Amino acid sequence: MIRWDNVSVRYNGTTVLGPLSLEVAQGEWLGLIGPNGSGKTTMLKAALGLVEHTGLCALDGADHKSGGDLAWMPQRPQLPDEMGVFDYVLLGRSPHIGYFSVESRSDIESANTALGRLGLEKFARRRLSTLSGGEMQKAVLARALAQEAPTLFLDEPTASLDIGHAIEVMEVIDALRRDDGLTVISAVHDLTLAGRFADRLVLLSGGAIVAEGLPGDVLTEELLHAHYGPGLRVVPDSDGPTVIPMRRSND
Amino acid sequence: MTRTPLTALAKPAHLPLPGLLAGVAAVLFTAGLGVTVGPAGLSPPAVARALVDLLPFISLDHGLTDVELKVLLEIRFPRVVLGGLVGAVLALAGAGYQGVFRNPLADPYLLGVAAGAGLGATVAFATANDPLVEPLAFAGGAVAVAIAYTLGRSIAGRSATSLILAGVAVAAFATAIQTYVLQRNVETIREVYSWILGRLTTVGWEEVLGLLPYIVVAGGVLFASRRMLDVLSIGDEEAAALGVRVPRVRWVVVLAATAATAAAVSVSGLVGFVGIIVPHTIRLLFGWSYRAIIPLSMLFGAAFLMLADVAARTVVAPGELPIGVVTAFLGAPFFLLVLRTMGRAR
Repeated sequence: MIRWDNVSVRYNGTTVLGPLSLEVAQGEWLGLIGPNGSGKTTMLKAALGLVEHTGLCALDGADHKSGGDLAWMPQRPQLPDEMGVFDYVLLGRSPHIGYFSVESRSDIESANTALGRLGLEKFARRRLSTLSGGEMQKAVLARALAQEAPTLFLDEPTASLDIGHAIEVMEVIDALRRDDGLTVISAVHDLTLAGRFADRLVLLSGGAIVAEGLPGDVLTEELLHAHYGPGLRVVPDSDGPTVIPMRRSND
Repeated sequence: MTRTPLTALAKPAHLPLPGLLAGVAAVLFTAGLGVTVGPAGLSPPAVARALVDLLPFISLDHGLTDVELKVLLEIRFPRVVLGGLVGAVLALAGAGYQGVFRNPLADPYLLGVAAGAGLGATVAFATANDPLVEPLAFAGGAVAVAIAYTLGRSIAGRSATSLILAGVAVAAFATAIQTYVLQRNVETIREVYSWILGRLTTVGWEEVLGLLPYIVVAGGVLFASRRMLDVLSIGDEEAAALGVRVPRVRWVVVLAATAATAAAVSVSGLVGFVGIIVPHTIRLLFGWSYRAIIPLSMLFGAAFLMLADVAARTVVAPGELPIGVVTAFLGAPFFLLVLRTMGRAR
């Protein structure tokens, strides 16, 4: 279980997030949606201990300060060109290895397992710079999985992917979540995709939670117009709402 | 459940055996060259026999006179070893700095070691306190980096860039004072200039023994930090999210590398270039991982400086070239060659 309790983040005297409170249950997939700059990434970084904040970010009831026990797939990961895919995935084992130690057999096995689950075995020896956008995204996800943390933070896991690869990555995450009982918190710009996969959506706007609930309750034209502006049509579907972008000039 | 044999699994980057063997061979070869070449004209086979004779339980008739043996053991040998140690320290420290700052041009000189040491040495020469050259150079280098580090931490967070900018400012300040002191004491220009260009002069084994503890500690600390340096290549933020205490790693590596560099330049003067070109050549030849870069930089840094010293002693014999001139003269074209060749191979 992960909890934000009255969390607030200020940059140079301006409040960019909160104060907000939210609780995510073990095994739940929570989708964070909201326009650019609404605080999705900042909210994740506060819990990761990467930005200074007031209030409490608690993991399983305890105050969470240092990194390592939350797996994070950053929005813009730094991928050293020369590094091999396997070595990159192996970095995910860092929280389990002491300063003066090197990877144990079990670390190497975990990284190999993570590679295998994303179908990246054949890329193990390849340099990161030689991967396509989709393969890179999977490599970053594999690194997060190799960490074997029970909670996975995904910041735009489908950014820069075509719609086919986006669905594939979301399906992989969903399968992993079911297999391992992972808690997933994802920030996703594609609202339809977010609604299809998440159990619950939280809509952030201007650093505050403005709506939360089932995808059908949050993805409404009224809420989306209020926070994204006009030009969005929501079509209900048995799988969840479909959000269709429209030309504003035709409104 | 059967375990997958480890051989079937992908394995992490490691120190390549061919690289290690090549490094050891380069050290042995250049050291051998260093002790046999010199103005005293000792015959190489006799030198080789004399060195083997030093090993325990082996006795060989080497045919060197007592004076020749003294030249070999108390002048040439310590000088070669000192060159190797200085080269290893400079290359190691450069590799460590490039790792923690993720900047290909970083080395301890950038944070003010060179300028601080230069100031310390100049003050010693200007006040006619020649015995104080080494301690003042060491203190100057260490203090300059300490100031740069403190300033860098206090401005604009603790980013690697703010630290480097603070280093550049401190170096400029120290150089300004040094130039002022030099202008007020023009009679010492020649001595100071000779020190700045770098030279390996020894009084028996004194310098070697003084430098040895630093290289053992710095080598140990940086070797132990090699995996951490690899983790830092994905950036401070992502490394921190993986549980790495980035400021602590940076502090540990900078402290070890700086102390060792200050110790090295205090005995050798400002030998430039080694800290940049050796780690980069290793990186181009043996890959990105600090598991290879740290140990191989030490070996090839030692070999490079011993070779440069041979050139310094022979090119204008019986005179001597400043070793800093040789490292830049040999190093720059060689480095460009490696860059070009590797660029084409990719």
